[in-house]
Amino acid sequence: MKRHLLSAADLTAEDALLVLDTAEELAQVSARTVKKLPTLRGRTVVNLFFEDSTRTKTSFELAAKRLSADVITFAAKGSSVSKGETLKDTALTLEAMGADAVVIRHSWSGAPVNLASTIRGSVVNAGDGTHEHPTQALLDVFTMRQKLGRVEGLKVTIVGDILHSRVARSNVLLLKTLGADVTLVAPPTLLPVGVDSWPAAYSYDLDSVLPKSDVVMMLRVQRERMGAAYFPSSREYSRRYGLDVDRVSQLQDHTIVMHPGPMVRGMEIASEVADGLRSTIVDQVANGVSVRMAVLYLLLGGSESAIGSASSGASPDGAVE
Amino acid sequence: MSWVLKGVTLYGEGAPVDVVLRDGLIDAIGQGLTADQALEAAGCALLPGLVDLHTHLREPGREDAETVASGTLAAALGGFTAVHAMANTDPVADTAGVVEQVWRLGLAAGHCDVVPVGAVTVGLDGKQMAELGTMADSAARVRVFSDDGKCVSDASLMRRALEYVKAFDGVIAQHAQEPRLTDGAQMNEGINSSLLGLTGWPAVAEEAIIARDCLLAGHVGGRLHVCHVSTAGSVELIRWAKGKGWDVTAEVTPHHLLLTDDCARSYDATFKVNPPLRTQADIDALREGLADGTIDCVATDHAPHALEDKETEWGAALPGMTGLETALSVVVQTMVETGLLTWRQVAERLSEAPARIGRLESHGRPLEVGEPANLVVVDPAATWVVDPAQTASRSRNTPFAGRELPVRVRATFLRGRPTALDGKPA
Repeated sequence: MKRHLLSAADLTAEDALLVLDTAEELAQVSARTVKKLPTLRGRTVVNLFFEDSTRTKTSFELAAKRLSADVITFAAKGSSVSKGETLKDTALTLEAMGADAVVIRHSWSGAPVNLASTIRGSVVNAGDGTHEHPTQALLDVFTMRQKLGRVEGLKVTIVGDILHSRVARSNVLLLKTLGADVTLVAPPTLLPVGVDSWPAAYSYDLDSVLPKSDVVMMLRVQRERMGAAYFPSSREYSRRYGLDVDRVSQLQDHTIVMHPGPMVRGMEIASEVADGLRSTIVDQVANGVSVRMAVLYLLLGGSESAIGSASSGASPDGAVE
Repeated sequence: MSWVLKGVTLYGEGAPVDVVLRDGLIDAIGQGLTADQALEAAGCALLPGLVDLHTHLREPGREDAETVASGTLAAALGGFTAVHAMANTDPVADTAGVVEQVWRLGLAAGHCDVVPVGAVTVGLDGKQMAELGTMADSAARVRVFSDDGKCVSDASLMRRALEYVKAFDGVIAQHAQEPRLTDGAQMNEGINSSLLGLTGWPAVAEEAIIARDCLLAGHVGGRLHVCHVSTAGSVELIRWAKGKGWDVTAEVTPHHLLLTDDCARSYDATFKVNPPLRTQADIDALREGLADGTIDCVATDHAPHALEDKETEWGAALPGMTGLETALSVVVQTMVETGLLTWRQVAERLSEAPARIGRLESHGRPLEVGEPANLVVVDPAATWVVDPAQTASRSRNTPFAGRELPVRVRATFLRGRPTALDGKPA
């Protein structure tokens, strides 16, 4: 694997499968009473969150802690960052503190790339603007494999605000790498100009795509988009692109319904569907921790089996090289 | 003190000659001439001093990024003898007081002539016309008016401005950008913006304004200049407007002739500029347009920025690139080495045409005895590597860092006095 995880495109199929397999091993830890491995003892992981995100921040924090890393979380609000300190200064500060890995969430696309060019440690993109969110794609793919037994050849439909979605971008890239067929569904205003060059098909008609899908991934649609005239009203959006009970009845029996959260119930997804049997939304959250453990473990140099002799509770620090 | 330029070719053509400069004029052209000082320039081309229609000197207001003195020194080193200083300073150059201040700072620095551009609207606000006539009548003799950085988007106001400046032979230099189509725009809208997750700046936002403004200029018989044309569609529209006989001129920047939006893939904000870098198809059309005269001239849009405004996230960075010291080299690489322009045409596109558009009387003149000695001596065989730390500009935001470029300026003369000699201030 590369030193940083900035884009899902950084992962070869081999890398991605290694992350998934490692995550699977590590998931066993989460099932134990003592949910902790000594693997990253003495290593420092900094969570740098320039944008609010309880879900992702907590997930990364938990992942690092379960591997016994020292974890520092900077929330940008109220810190020097909101007082005009530049990303460069923040990076230099982290560098001086000896951060081995920096997990960054930022509202500007590309900020993790900028950070990676200034520090020695590994940088993990935890979501940048409308660009990418590679660990989300990894946990989504992990969930698909868990539920359906494979990724290759799956027909994955991603529905919603593709234009502004970092989740969609990372999923398209990673699913392509792993041999799945992706179809993007959105009103034309919420598909980016240039989408025809993406390694994915696209459609404006949800109903024609649903029956063929193995996976349906619903994306959040922010109500603000309505003000910018991307669509006329949330009611019309729901009617044309919302996943309601009627639409779910068109799905094949095995088809799963995913959502990266946070959901807008009643907008892009009906409550009955979000809480229904096909829904993997809660699994995605649980899998997020395992996948992020795997990413941190692999980036920080894990070359041996992630758990090793961990059944005895004593994974050698030598695994961290 | 008189100078003799030994062994230069006029416009890079014909047999080498000696050219004597005395009392601010070209005094003699011939063989075996002498003067107080000699510049051995065998193999070099003599061109009229370059004229930039589009320079941001940042003074008053952002003297940390550039001053009139530092910017005009960069201009002299780049071969320019006159630059048009854009109006988006702080305070805005929207009164006779500010344009005269900038003009005087230029005189005091003495590196090249500074021709202030006046704002079209008060405070660049796009609402109320600034006192264009007063600026025209001032000591700064303003003829070019622009809200550059912002578009005069109100169609009625644009029409009135095009009409009003006819009284003093002024020209409205439009930054063509429909604001409603570029809300939050960060880079060219296309494949790269879709992958990078950066808000797109569509070509149509430029083209829609150019089409409208050409029609307005045709309707009222006013003089329109289109700043930094960046798309293939814009070239087509300007070609069409010129075909109608309307008084429309246009400029292209060196960076739009060379760089594509692939540069944004690095998220290095050095490559953030407005209008944004486009595609190879656009570059091809711009080069063709400059070659066939649809685009009248090259202008640098030299836009210096302090480090902290560039060494930051792409979205937070200010748009703009420096260009005065690299313009001629980039034009030679993109237009001469490709066979699209001759050296004679380089003189036309970088000196004569912009001087004509700006109504400058003593620049862009023929290389003849009795003409003002505003000249540049160019070594066409030299090459150099761009080092941002070695620029005269106070800012370092050149997109050409590390590139090897052709052509060096041997010397620049302003009214017979050297302002740059072999890469050093004279």
